[in-house]
Amino acid sequence: MKVRDQGEHNQGRGELREPDGTRRRDRETGPWPASDGDPAQPTDQRAPAGRLRLAAARLAASRGALLGLIVLVLLFLLAFLGPYLTPWHYATPDYTALRQPPSVQHWFGTNGLGQDVFAQTVRGLQKSLVIGLLVAVLSTGLASLVGACAGYFGGWTDRLLTFLVDLMLIFPAFLVIAVISPRLRGSGWIAFVLLLAVFNWMITARVIRSMTISLREREFVVAARFMGVGPFRIIWRHILPNVSSFLIIDATITVGGAVMSEAALSYFGFGVRPPDVSLGTLLAAGAGDAPVFPWLFYFAAGLLVLFVLAVNLVGDGLRDALDPTATAGRRRPRKTVTTSRRSTR
Amino acid sequence: MTGYLARRLGYYVVLLTAAVFLAYALTGTALGPRAYFEAKQPRPSAAAVDRQLTALNLNDRTPVVERFATWADGVLLHADLGRTIHDTSVNDEFGRRIWVSLRLLLVGSVLGMLLGVAAGAWSAVRQYRLSDRALTVLSFVLLSTPVFLLALLLKNGAIAAKNAAGHDVIPFTGYETPNLSGGIGAHLADWGLHLLLPTLSLALGGLATYSRYQRSTMLDVLGADYLRTAQAKGLTRGRALIKHGLRTAIIPMTTMFAYAFLGLFTGAAFTETIFGWHGMGEWFIQAVNEQDVNSVVAVNLFAAVVVLAAGFLADALHAALDPRVRTA
Repeated sequence: MKVRDQGEHNQGRGELREPDGTRRRDRETGPWPASDGDPAQPTDQRAPAGRLRLAAARLAASRGALLGLIVLVLLFLLAFLGPYLTPWHYATPDYTALRQPPSVQHWFGTNGLGQDVFAQTVRGLQKSLVIGLLVAVLSTGLASLVGACAGYFGGWTDRLLTFLVDLMLIFPAFLVIAVISPRLRGSGWIAFVLLLAVFNWMITARVIRSMTISLREREFVVAARFMGVGPFRIIWRHILPNVSSFLIIDATITVGGAVMSEAALSYFGFGVRPPDVSLGTLLAAGAGDAPVFPWLFYFAAGLLVLFVLAVNLVGDGLRDALDPTATAGRRRPRKTVTTSRRSTR
Repeated sequence: MTGYLARRLGYYVVLLTAAVFLAYALTGTALGPRAYFEAKQPRPSAAAVDRQLTALNLNDRTPVVERFATWADGVLLHADLGRTIHDTSVNDEFGRRIWVSLRLLLVGSVLGMLLGVAAGAWSAVRQYRLSDRALTVLSFVLLSTPVFLLALLLKNGAIAAKNAAGHDVIPFTGYETPNLSGGIGAHLADWGLHLLLPTLSLALGGLATYSRYQRSTMLDVLGADYLRTAQAKGLTRGRALIKHGLRTAIIPMTTMFAYAFLGLFTGAAFTETIFGWHGMGEWFIQAVNEQDVNSVVAVNLFAAVVVLAAGFLADALHAALDPRVRTA
């Protein structure tokens, strides 16, 4: 949850810097097609290949992001191929091995019922990953819809939506989800995903709103408006593509945040419930025994931290690769400062 | 500045009113106190259940707006938050628990904030050196650890230390040693020791988040001309960095303090439950499981007031640091 706050900071920066930063940075780095002499239209549809290649090159250049990406791929492979690697099913008990430490037979040991911890962990990881991805897609979609509408239409739409966002931000999402979730006991984990998404979009929406406000007055939007293009079409074709870098970064980080929220809520019995298995339920089941039977707790805990860490590394790399103001602000002035400082000494 | 702050305060009061009503409506409809009484052994008659529910202002056959009106009446006129599902006073429970939670929240947030800002600013000045890289790695790992997991890990560490040493090294349950003898000094030391692990599990998360942002805002500021000017006018680099650099770099952080408090409140609920503190968070989890509507609403009210107070403080801080806000 705390990771989500990043957006607000970006917002502050976005307001101080002129949004045109995109262009300057891209021209400096070079690989941008030479045909774009006209400074009035940023990130148009004509250059997606070049932009994509540029971002990919920048991402690959960052060691942390590359490492995170590799770990993510490995974890996804583990989550979806893992169940086929072991002969054990996650729910079937092995009565000859109760609470056994890791061995050749049971790679991560067994729990008190004789269930194979590896099979359970892999299954839980799978569920947590799916929940994280779904929540990220849903909440980013909702955030961009509300944020762009509030920013583009202004006036009372803006006031009402901002009030809604503020209202939903007052309560820690945990409190609300905990109250509602017992009601949804019957409807399974999909309802839980919706609940997580519904209480997760507000801060992103605020950032999108303020980015939209600064885009609304730009020439290409004004031109489209005077040509009679409808508001939702303008939002879809001109506003959202221009905030897409932020949306991608934010969605990435949300995946990690959602997995953490899932684990926390499930740990306290408000999220995924047994017999469904997620990393949160595994942690809840193993936490009490952790000092004596560490394999019940630390495999799930380690995978959870590893996954969120990898997501955060990739998110950070994406920010450097996609967000031109971030890179421009971070690297270039720095060098001049250090050299000038040395020369004054 | 007072005009600006007064406007913000007015907005917050409106927000609070709307939010409390929504929280009451949601809790009143989502929780089922009727089921709680019907599950009692021996099973009471339907009329008895109804009577009991009405006495507690929990009857789901009364429209929720009417129940809210009764509740709000009690709160506004008599400062009475109603009765718990066990027919005890919510006010008493509230009074007992609020200091436990506030102690944890205040120490945890202030510590996390100060450490985070200091660490972030320091690592920006030392960009790409070993200490900066070490801090970056540490904060990434901390950012990727949910608060409840961090609390569990700290607790397991304390249990391991206890098993290794044969006696309690660092206490990991409750907020004081029961029946402790000795003077005020011994009590304070005992409090501090009990605060250590829960506060750490909250403050470490804050340290990680704040230091990342502070580092990047500070980096943006470091190359600024006004810093060079300040040095040219005779300030030492350290003084220029603190008086002109840090002050500017902290401004974008003030909004974050308010938002981070949301996460902190949730974190405190987890921490209290894990370390056996009888605070608001633990009360909340217990109350949801017992379908105790009035207690849940009381905790929600507390959360809303705390979050809005944090927001207001952030506004005040913002206005104090950034002169442009005051005239806006």
